[in-house]
Amino acid sequence: MARKIVVLGEVRDGALRNVSFEAVAAAKAAAEGGEVVGILIGDSVHALGADLIHYGADRVVTVESDKLNQYTSDGYSQALMAVIDAEKPEGLVFGHTSLGKDLAPKIAAKLDSGLISDVTSLEQAGGNLVFTRPIYSGKAFEKKIVTDGLIFATIRPNNISPLDKDETRTGEVSSLSVDVKDLRTIIKEVVRKATEGVDLSEAKVVIAGGRGVKSEEGFEPLKELATLLNGAVGASRGACDADYCDYSLQIGQTGKVVTPDLYIACGISGAIQHLAGMSNSKVIVAINKDPEANIFKVADYGIVGDLFEVVPMLTEEFKKIVVNA
Amino acid sequence: MNIYVLMKRTFDTEEKITISGGQINEDGAEFIINPYDEYAIEEAIQVRDAQGGEVTVVSVGTEETEKQLRTALAMGADKAVLINTEDDLDYGDQFTTAKILSEFLKDKEADLIIAGNVAIDGGSGQVGPRVAELLNIPYVTTITKLEIDGSNVTVVRDVEGDSEVIETTLPLLVTAQQGLNEPRYPSLPGIMKAKKKPLDELELDDLDLDEDDVEAKTKTIEIYLPPQKEAGKVLEGELADQVKELVNLLHTEAKVI
Repeated sequence: MARKIVVLGEVRDGALRNVSFEAVAAAKAAAEGGEVVGILIGDSVHALGADLIHYGADRVVTVESDKLNQYTSDGYSQALMAVIDAEKPEGLVFGHTSLGKDLAPKIAAKLDSGLISDVTSLEQAGGNLVFTRPIYSGKAFEKKIVTDGLIFATIRPNNISPLDKDETRTGEVSSLSVDVKDLRTIIKEVVRKATEGVDLSEAKVVIAGGRGVKSEEGFEPLKELATLLNGAVGASRGACDADYCDYSLQIGQTGKVVTPDLYIACGISGAIQHLAGMSNSKVIVAINKDPEANIFKVADYGIVGDLFEVVPMLTEEFKKIVVNA
Repeated sequence: MNIYVLMKRTFDTEEKITISGGQINEDGAEFIINPYDEYAIEEAIQVRDAQGGEVTVVSVGTEETEKQLRTALAMGADKAVLINTEDDLDYGDQFTTAKILSEFLKDKEADLIIAGNVAIDGGSGQVGPRVAELLNIPYVTTITKLEIDGSNVTVVRDVEGDSEVIETTLPLLVTAQQGLNEPRYPSLPGIMKAKKKPLDELELDDLDLDEDDVEAKTKTIEIYLPPQKEAGKVLEGELADQVKELVNLLHTEAKVI
């Protein structure tokens, strides 16, 4: 059954986020041959429309206003609802990002619709569009279907592959004018903190530290390795509770759930609440002094040793490959 | 200040998950207040202590949720309300819960509503923003700081590690992120007092709702456990050789670098 699906593209630092291309791929699958329309919201986003089309969108609608230069739920929902009124889609796909998590439930409430959050895959089965998503932070999974109304999903970064980029694809990029007003929340300041560079939830490589890191300075070798591999630094609850790092780095059942290609756990024992946040990573490496540590049970590769010895050696060794690549 | 907290009863984070009969097996499992809702309760108590007023903790659940509501009262909340859906609903989704909560809250003239930013079981994080939208009040999710001055509010919002300083006004709904505060443990006198505090129980009828009004828009058709991860290869030999071997394996076998 062909359906028209709209996809919200998300812009960060002047470029589309990778999760937006993944969302286009998810929308394509959900559309079953129907039209996929990208939506871009911001103060100057028109030029990015072609990118969404190269990754599979059929056309793009932009809403531009200086009041949309930063995300607010009121501003974005006004813009989005105007596009939805004009396009009358049968489904919506957003990224399950900070923005998507904040905005999608509001839009779902406005549309009186369901919303399937944090989807890791979707497929056709038995005449239904079936969405798979983790529950209990990945200790289990559920398959869900929409029983009434619109199809609406947010997709977890790094799980659904984007389509191959095709720069010969063309499509219309049109703009819709919306009078954005009555914003009830005003952003006064944005403080850039730990996540300069790569965002933890979208990173392909995560280097995580636990109690074994011992101090704030102890994270330095991890940061060095993360920078080399274009990855992000994460932490266990133990490291956060001990004030070695900010809570925004915490990975686990409380904290973030990550699924990078490569997860390197350094000095992390592997408490069940931490494993919930990372055990679905593609490849897991454990570095721990304690050969009995629980983390080795989920690791693909393990090194028993002191992280302060092993991590710098790893960085040196990776340099040979990364430089050659 | 009239403060409401939205609370959910969840599995303890230390629990292993097993499945029986296609459902999550709850036999013998420990249940707790959803950890993010603990931050919400703590923040509500602190705001009340600073500004005066009353904290009411509300939960959509079953009779068993009374235990977690009593814990919230023992922490220092003034009142608790259980909206018991056990007899009325077989299945609900976030649409269902938000609709019930907003029907309950619509005539309560809440100044401030605090919820956890996500429940660690379902993990959708939808109910807070949905309730705010249905009540037509502003909201800010994943907050790590809350300051109230009259009806003006300044919050700090965690945005994937960065912080936004946001100004807004009451009435307001916020959802709590880790780092907002350190939730207190219930004290013994607190536990004694909690037994005498009001815990009201409502059903859908009491909110003039029937099952059709709150019927879920989505349905779970299967629950399963991820494949057990096999323990992998612990490398051996000189540390320098292990490191070389690991990089080689990641590059050529796993092909992730």
